[in-house]
Amino acid sequence: MENNTIIKIENLVKQFPVGGGTFTALNGISLSFGKGEFSGIVGPSGSGKTTLLNIIGSLDSPTKGEVTVMGTGSGGMNAKTASQLRKNHIGFIFQTYNLMSVYTVYENVEFPLLLLKMPASERRKAVLDAIEWVGLTDKIKSRPPQLSGGESQRVAIARAMVKRPGLVLADEPTANLDAANSHHILQTMETLNKELKTTFLFATHDDKVIRYLKRIVTLADGKVVSDESVK
Amino acid sequence: MIAFKLAYRNLMGAGLRTFLIVFILSVSYVLIIFMNGLYQGWNHHARADMIDWEVGQGQFWQEQYDPYDPFTYADAHAPVPPEIKTAAEQGRVAPILLSQATIYPEGRIQSIKLKGIAVQQDVLSVPTDKLVAEDHIIPALAGTRMAKSARLEEGDYLLVRWRDVNGTFDAAEVKITGIFSSPVPAVDAGQIWIPLDQMQEMLQMPGEATLIVSGKGVELPGKIPGWEFRDHDFLFAELEAMIKTKSTGGSILYLILLALALLAVFDTQVLSIFRRQREIGTYISMGMTRRQVVGLFTVEGTMHAILALALAAVYGIPLLLWFAKTGLGMPEGTDSFGLASAERILPYYSAAVITGTILLIMITTTIVSYMPARKISKMNPTEAIRGKIQ
Repeated sequence: MENNTIIKIENLVKQFPVGGGTFTALNGISLSFGKGEFSGIVGPSGSGKTTLLNIIGSLDSPTKGEVTVMGTGSGGMNAKTASQLRKNHIGFIFQTYNLMSVYTVYENVEFPLLLLKMPASERRKAVLDAIEWVGLTDKIKSRPPQLSGGESQRVAIARAMVKRPGLVLADEPTANLDAANSHHILQTMETLNKELKTTFLFATHDDKVIRYLKRIVTLADGKVVSDESVK
Repeated sequence: MIAFKLAYRNLMGAGLRTFLIVFILSVSYVLIIFMNGLYQGWNHHARADMIDWEVGQGQFWQEQYDPYDPFTYADAHAPVPPEIKTAAEQGRVAPILLSQATIYPEGRIQSIKLKGIAVQQDVLSVPTDKLVAEDHIIPALAGTRMAKSARLEEGDYLLVRWRDVNGTFDAAEVKITGIFSSPVPAVDAGQIWIPLDQMQEMLQMPGEATLIVSGKGVELPGKIPGWEFRDHDFLFAELEAMIKTKSTGGSILYLILLALALLAVFDTQVLSIFRRQREIGTYISMGMTRRQVVGLFTVEGTMHAILALALAAVYGIPLLLWFAKTGLGMPEGTDSFGLASAERILPYYSAAVITGTILLIMITTTIVSYMPARKISKMNPTEAIRGKIQ
């Protein structure tokens, strides 16, 4: 793997059992993503975007082929190494935010650092910094039900970024947001990408997101149909 | 520690639901400790009272004697063994002679147990110093229960009829010289106490006794021919059995309460796992293993018991200490079951009861928390993240 490569995918096949047979969601995908990229996997519903993102995020495993993320290959990966990879190197942003409703903004953002057993003083600084990046310092004690959709997604971004991961996987992050909030969110992520050199990989079919991407990989029926860089 | 911290946050976030479960569990703690403390206190009191009033430090029984069979009384007598005669004369052991008899209070007929006891005895709390003879009248003592049933008062004269060693009926008048109150019905109900020497004379059994009660610090011979020694284990067996029966009956109440609390914990866990699938998926996406998430949910359920312990300590410790100081008044007639009972029972909370109760609730709560949480280990995280019911 080249030094700059964060994700390397070789001949990836993913099949799911359906009824008596199998459904092939990904069919012979080979891709690689470098450090600091702001890329997206686009395509219509059912094209395999989320499945690919889940496999890259080690939430799912390939049927065939090899996926290497931050130096960890899917071949010898077990539940423990997969969870270590996610805990240390990957941040997730979901369409539905997936915040803990009983936690405050601060506690939601703090959560990944608790899993990393970061010392309290260091943790507090990191959490406050992350909340400041997304401009929610005044909402620090609020709980998710008290936040708007845009604010919730910004908390999710802060939560994904607080541990300064090498890779952030965002699955349809703007699908539940209006245009203004979508742009705000994307600007925030773009800024973080530039400042922290974090690799962002989106799964989306939202034009608003696509406009921000520097590289667009298009999937259709589980295959890569185009891979373009945008100037 | 993280699991505890997260579990605490989740429980606090759940608000009223957590409080209700914690409250019910805390009542279980307090009630179980109180009930067990009460039975232990009762046992403790009853044993102490029975030692003071009835069994002393053990008893020698004439080999024919069976307290449950009055027909054995006629043959259950023998001379006080020479090995303990001196102790008997010094009042350190109390020989007692037993016989069936009939009294005629106010013209009615009543069967009783006539008991002769050495006046100088210093073993039992029966006030034998009141067995003072006046002229040729036989002094007699009755307990409050006996006095009530036969309408006896101090100074009353009472006709007593008995059969002597040869089976010949005889009768005499006794004078009630004292009425005593005892928490032990076995030394009171249906019996009259008279001086041992006079009873021996009445029954023509000089120097004889049916049983001999030992006092403190008396060196007893290992074996005496014709007599059998009954130690505390034997003499308290009936009391232990009765308290165990009552304790088992009482435990049904708190076990129902505990079962309700555990059911609430179980339901909450099942509901949590059903409703919080997206959260479970998110935990996994952030780097927790499924086993850790199972652990988190188990700790969350178990933490109900930990918080309940804290809450129970807040109101339970003062409450239990107050009961331990003031005691619990026993309903009138409790001792009519034949079980020794003081007017107020002071609960006795042993370390074993407290530790046992805490462990019982912690372990059962952990089990009912873990059982539904196992489902998480079979969940597909990608489905869970989307909140899809599995």
